[in-house]
Amino acid sequence: MWLDTIFFYVFALLAVAGAVLTVTRRNAVHSAIWLIVSLLGVAGLYLLQHAEFLFAVQIVLYVGGIMVLFLFVIMLVNLDQAARERQFNKQWWVALACILVVSAEAAYVLYSGADSFKLAAPARASEPGNVEQLADVLFSKYLLPFEVASVLLLVAVVGSVVMAKKRI
Amino acid sequence: MHPVTTVHYLVVGLALLLIGTIGVLTRRNIVVILMSIELILNAVNVNLIAFSRHLQDLSGQIFAIFVITVAVAEAAVGLGILIALFRNKETVLADEVDLLKW
Amino acid sequence: MNFLDHIWLIPLFPLFGAVVMLILGRRFDPQAPSDAALAPGLVESVEDHGHHAIGAAKFLVSLLCPGMVLLSFLLSVGAAIELASTAGKVHQVIQFTWLAGLPFHRADGALARFSADWGFLLDPLSSVMILIVTGIGFLIHVYSTGYMAHDGGYYRFFAYLNLFVFFMLMLVLANNYALLFVGWEGVGLCSYLLIGFYFHKKAAGDAAKKAFIVNRIGDAGFILGMLLLFALVGSVRFLDVNAALAGRAPETSFGVLSVLALLLFLGAAGKSAQFPLYVWLPDAMEGPTPVSALIHAATMVTAGVYMIARSSALFALTPETSTIVAAVGAFTAIFAASIALVQNDIKRVLAYSTVSQLGFMFVALGVGAYWVAVFHLYTHAFFKALLFLGAGSVIHAMSGEQDMRRMGGLKDKIPVTFRTMFIGSLAIAGVPGLAGFFSKDEILWQAWSSPLGSKSIFAVGLVTAFMTAFYMWRLMFLTFYGQPRMDAHTAAHIRESPISMTVPLSVLALLSIAGGWIGVPKLWSVFGDGFRAFEHWLEPVFAAAHSAEEAHHEASVEWLLMALSVSVAVGAILLARRRYLSKAVQEEPEAEAPGLLHKILLNKWYVDEIYDFLFVNGLAKRGGTLLGRFDSAIVDGGVNGAAWLTRFTSRFSIWWDTWIVDGLVRLSAFTVKVWSYPVRLVQNGLVQTYALMVMAGLAVILGYYMSR
Repeated sequence: MWLDTIFFYVFALLAVAGAVLTVTRRNAVHSAIWLIVSLLGVAGLYLLQHAEFLFAVQIVLYVGGIMVLFLFVIMLVNLDQAARERQFNKQWWVALACILVVSAEAAYVLYSGADSFKLAAPARASEPGNVEQLADVLFSKYLLPFEVASVLLLVAVVGSVVMAKKRI
Repeated sequence: MHPVTTVHYLVVGLALLLIGTIGVLTRRNIVVILMSIELILNAVNVNLIAFSRHLQDLSGQIFAIFVITVAVAEAAVGLGILIALFRNKETVLADEVDLLKW
Repeated sequence: MNFLDHIWLIPLFPLFGAVVMLILGRRFDPQAPSDAALAPGLVESVEDHGHHAIGAAKFLVSLLCPGMVLLSFLLSVGAAIELASTAGKVHQVIQFTWLAGLPFHRADGALARFSADWGFLLDPLSSVMILIVTGIGFLIHVYSTGYMAHDGGYYRFFAYLNLFVFFMLMLVLANNYALLFVGWEGVGLCSYLLIGFYFHKKAAGDAAKKAFIVNRIGDAGFILGMLLLFALVGSVRFLDVNAALAGRAPETSFGVLSVLALLLFLGAAGKSAQFPLYVWLPDAMEGPTPVSALIHAATMVTAGVYMIARSSALFALTPETSTIVAAVGAFTAIFAASIALVQNDIKRVLAYSTVSQLGFMFVALGVGAYWVAVFHLYTHAFFKALLFLGAGSVIHAMSGEQDMRRMGGLKDKIPVTFRTMFIGSLAIAGVPGLAGFFSKDEILWQAWSSPLGSKSIFAVGLVTAFMTAFYMWRLMFLTFYGQPRMDAHTAAHIRESPISMTVPLSVLALLSIAGGWIGVPKLWSVFGDGFRAFEHWLEPVFAAAHSAEEAHHEASVEWLLMALSVSVAVGAILLARRRYLSKAVQEEPEAEAPGLLHKILLNKWYVDEIYDFLFVNGLAKRGGTLLGRFDSAIVDGGVNGAAWLTRFTSRFSIWWDTWIVDGLVRLSAFTVKVWSYPVRLVQNGLVQTYALMVMAGLAVILGYYMSR
């Protein structure tokens, strides 16, 4: 049990710290690297929640796909000049204030409702694996969203190609 | 030590969300803004998974799959826009893209 | 053939002639261009001057129109003969009712219906008139074939002349005042058309208009009189009126009947050129000479005399008006004669002479001697027509010259004209034996002796007789005697007129001699009653007006007066001879007594100028000015005022529109602008700002839900 807790805090720390560092770095590549770290942390959190499939998908897709893409684009776009600019915009303090307010509100909500979030019943070992269960549900009950998602991805492919072309 | 409950996961999710939001609202570099958006999406996913586990319902995980899918699509298109913007305006700073105003 | 039943044919023939001419005339007269309708004698081609050849088409016209009048004359003769054998000597034929059923309130309040019929009345008076009209008309038509041979518009002339004869016959044959008025207006119209025959001359057009307009003034009186008569009597037929008036006593004061008679006299004064409506007659000399002879000497101007003679029953009842008639007639006579003394245009002298002689006729009517007036009308027709036609012949010979100062010594060159005019001048002067003597003398006697007459009227008449003889013989001496005063070119062209012109002259001269012998005075008892046929013939007509009291004057007075008038006439002739045959005047006629009186007389007593000032300029121009000022001040003022009002109210409208209506619109726009100004500042184009706003909103919403 205490291993779960440790791992939880480790992964949580990774995630949050990585996020903080992502947001604050001057160098975009650094930001990307720290984002990767954060995503890995999140993947760990998934694993702790018995969402193995998503843990895998997270690593493969998010880190392996999106972050690589990010890095490519960073390389394409010349960010040296941007690195020398001021990094934070003029409304940062308003935004900070706003976020603090929201966080205070959300914290209050969580705190006052924390009692209802005791961990639920233990996992049943006899149940089939996470992937199988997901597949079961995904291709029966959630078939339509699945197909729509594929169309969405197609659109995204076409769109990004068009957007990035020099001459349409 | 308190046992780790769902609330802890929610707090993590909240934290990620808030940090991501700050990034979106505050940073001038568009690439960093896009990365902050990814953070927000991840925060959402964390939340979804936590509740899925809490409520013993797989719908949360399914939802999370789709969120990731959308995130992928959005990242791709967003970066494409960034490239197109960079080609036209030679800048990646959000502050300097203010043509659509009064 | 029963002439009496076919009276309607008498006016029909000339009407037929006129209609044929008006419709088909152009084809008869290939030389129709009217710009050749110039003054007589001024021909287009000087070569055939004196060569009065007439083309075949013209010959047809010459045959047709006079022929129509001749037929009417023959019918008139037949009708008159038949009338003589009719009992009562009156024959009325009513063809059909012409104006029917116009409701009318009579003087006694009864509701009557104004009706007039198309009917003819033949009695001794109208028989005399139709014989004169058709007889002299025929002679003048024949004369015109020669006179108008060179002028353009030949067919038009004869058309109008025939039309005139038709209307004149309608006038004298009518059996009621309304139909008489149709003829009355018709002859006025034809007079206008014929005076203005040479319409390219402005003077002719003006004279025609003047004649018509002055006539109209008289016509107003006539119409009022006619309607008043209808209101009083209930009918406009002559026989009915006479019957209604018979047995009434003459009015002692100026009553309704006197007013009625006065109105009718006003009409007659207009038509017969009495003062003050005579001014058109001298100007009417602008027309061709045959027109002057027929219309303005023998027939149309006598229509007024005829009309009053017709209304003798009425005038006999109104001594007040009759006195006025006689006075006006006498004044006109002497007034016109005075003007004629000094005129230099041969036709003007004759025109004023006509006015003067008409004055005589009205004197006769005024003193109650109706048959004498008609007798003088009859004799005057002969010698005045003769004089006018003779003057025309002179003018024709003189190649259009009308000024007597440039004539002279013509008696050997145009002998027939000279001899006939000689006879005519003797007749008008009143030399015993010729026609004029009998009628004029009778008028003077009646003026003296009739109960309605007065010595002063006689005196005026006597002086006028003197003047008449004087100016007539002045005309003769200046024109025919003495040394020729014309230029050589004119002198070379003098020749006698063709037979178409000289024969009528001769006929009229004969009539001037013989015509008077049917009106011999009772005084000359040596002549039997047959010589008084005229008076007896007309007796039935004027029986009602015959005043029972015929003052018995002594025969010696009558002889004395007769001798006086004869000596006056002869004296005048001798005086004129002495003056105008003298060498001094013959050579220098222009230097004739240049005194003030002469100037006044030469300018016709300035009557035309006075009329111009008072009426033509006064009414027309000042009235026009007044109307003009009315128009510009009130009418235009109203229009301008409306415009001003519109502009004034429009200022308010403008204000309202600009400030209130537009104001509201602009206010809404302004409000939106004012409110949108801060709102638009939100859109700064920065995406992060928008995102921040989302977050802020989220914070607010969360706060809201948490506080619940």
